[in-house]
Amino acid sequence: MEVLQEGKGELIGWHDPDENRKWILENKDRDLKDKRTTVKEAVEKYVKDGSFIAFGGFGHVRVSMAVIYEIIRQKKRNLIFAGKTAVHDSDLLIASGCVNKIEVAYAFAHELRGLSPASRRLVEEGKCEVIAEISNAGYQWRFLAAMMGVPFIPTRNLLGTDTLKQSSAKVVKDPFSKKPICLVPACYPDVVVMHVPRCDMYGNAQIDGIIIEDFELSRAGRRVIMTTEKIIDNDEIREKPWLTVIPFFLVDAVIEVPYGSHPCNMPYKYYFDEEHIGEWLEMSRTPEGVNKYFEKYVYSVEKFEDYLELIGGQKKLKYLEDVEHLKAKLKAPWLERKRKK
Amino acid sequence: MTEKEINYTQTELLATVAGRLLEDKKSVFVGTGLPMIATMFAQRTHAPKLLIFFEAGSMGPQVPVLPISVGDSRTFYKAIAASSMHDSMSLTQAGYMDYGFLGAAQIDIYGNINTTVIGSYENFKVRLPGSGGANDVGSLCQKTIIIMRQDKLRFVEKVDFITTPGYLSGKGAREEAGLPEGGGPYRIITQLGVYGFDDETKKMKLLFLHPGVNLEKVKENSSFDIIIPDKIKFTTPPTEKERKILHEIDPTGMAIGK
Repeated sequence: MEVLQEGKGELIGWHDPDENRKWILENKDRDLKDKRTTVKEAVEKYVKDGSFIAFGGFGHVRVSMAVIYEIIRQKKRNLIFAGKTAVHDSDLLIASGCVNKIEVAYAFAHELRGLSPASRRLVEEGKCEVIAEISNAGYQWRFLAAMMGVPFIPTRNLLGTDTLKQSSAKVVKDPFSKKPICLVPACYPDVVVMHVPRCDMYGNAQIDGIIIEDFELSRAGRRVIMTTEKIIDNDEIREKPWLTVIPFFLVDAVIEVPYGSHPCNMPYKYYFDEEHIGEWLEMSRTPEGVNKYFEKYVYSVEKFEDYLELIGGQKKLKYLEDVEHLKAKLKAPWLERKRKK
Repeated sequence: MTEKEINYTQTELLATVAGRLLEDKKSVFVGTGLPMIATMFAQRTHAPKLLIFFEAGSMGPQVPVLPISVGDSRTFYKAIAASSMHDSMSLTQAGYMDYGFLGAAQIDIYGNINTTVIGSYENFKVRLPGSGGANDVGSLCQKTIIIMRQDKLRFVEKVDFITTPGYLSGKGAREEAGLPEGGGPYRIITQLGVYGFDDETKKMKLLFLHPGVNLEKVKENSSFDIIIPDKIKFTTPPTEKERKILHEIDPTGMAIGK
């Protein structure tokens, strides 16, 4: 195949398919065994300084915040972040100094809420480096190639743009259609972290609502840490096996953490805590504010239950459940600031 | 029209005009913010069978209130399917998406969009979010609609970074690059008017002015020469009833304002 163009972005997370098969054969246990552990132990064991890490969910939807806080608490350094659709997850990990490299499909912003003050400041100061650009579909298909065990996937996006020039993709002449086609390289993160509504102690997981790219990502990641709102019985999984999105043999650690995605949205359970996210967006406007936030909500907190008390306890959580079910009105304090601008 | 007679906001006008562009029984791929409002507005008025897609996996929802994220639970409320990004994006690549709906920080005469950096890539002044799903929408949807603010810094001769393809360097350039045939930017809606693209050159041309806007304003707020037709048409402002619908869609006023 004739190579027509090569992106100059750093190729991150790629392995030769045979090398990765070998790694899987040697490291991924097929034994149906109890994988329950603690967030602390899972992070200690699987998140190493310098790891290439990806989060399931959608940046601020169904994200494992319990694991993010623990990574910050353990002061992991030089992590490389898969900015597939990176929102609150990457903002905190960049702001805390844990992540200093990122491949970006989407990052440094909070969708409707506007730009993220902290991570944007750090990338503009050069303290967080963008190592490659890509698009959401592009990243998603990198994981698809990985789960298929092939070196790349042909796609028809990115072509003709600077996004491609700064990506790790290549353009070749397709031997079938004879047209230029983009090849996005497979991507195997060292660690994938997911939050799901329910799974059993082995890691067989169900997801309610859209699965985003968790199907592919869970199969692409070398290690998978899974937090869950609830651990259910294996019989329940076997009653409706068609609901299993992630089978156990992909999963390395299982931890039950109710409300483990707060302040993110957990579909059918609780909506975004806009008051809390607003507090972060406000505090993170200065480095001092960032430190104060982490001191208050992360460093001085040992258990996730204590964090939940800090953010408003049962009353707040009930309110977020009501907002999710359209029974209470959304309060968004960040909106006032946006209006004044 | 004098200022006093205007009883709607610019944002309301943009959302209404954008929403009216969407046809019933067609499909649309929707981005965050005003595109969502415009799409929900269309579904609640003239296009009840508008087939809505969100990149994170929702298909055919009846969105109850404005979502904050294109992946939050509002996006798949009463949907016909809660699927995956792979599914949404692949269907788009295969040809199921009639319209795509985007925002932009900078745009050029060929409708190329920048949402990545302001300044040079290596020494950027401002870092923006990047492509997100925008490159995918601009590459793979049949007709892309862009809603953005217009001024000289946003309507530029050359965008600092082509995040998302418009017509690239002109007619035929998309196909030459390997992008799907016949796609590309269709309309650009700004606070001043609505633009399309000349069939022959694929350069931006004015189609409509908003009420109260003149040609001078359009020219003052662009760094390139927009093609101006002989006869200028005007958009129709939102009615009271339409304004009410917009505020029902976004009761908190997150994107439509108060």
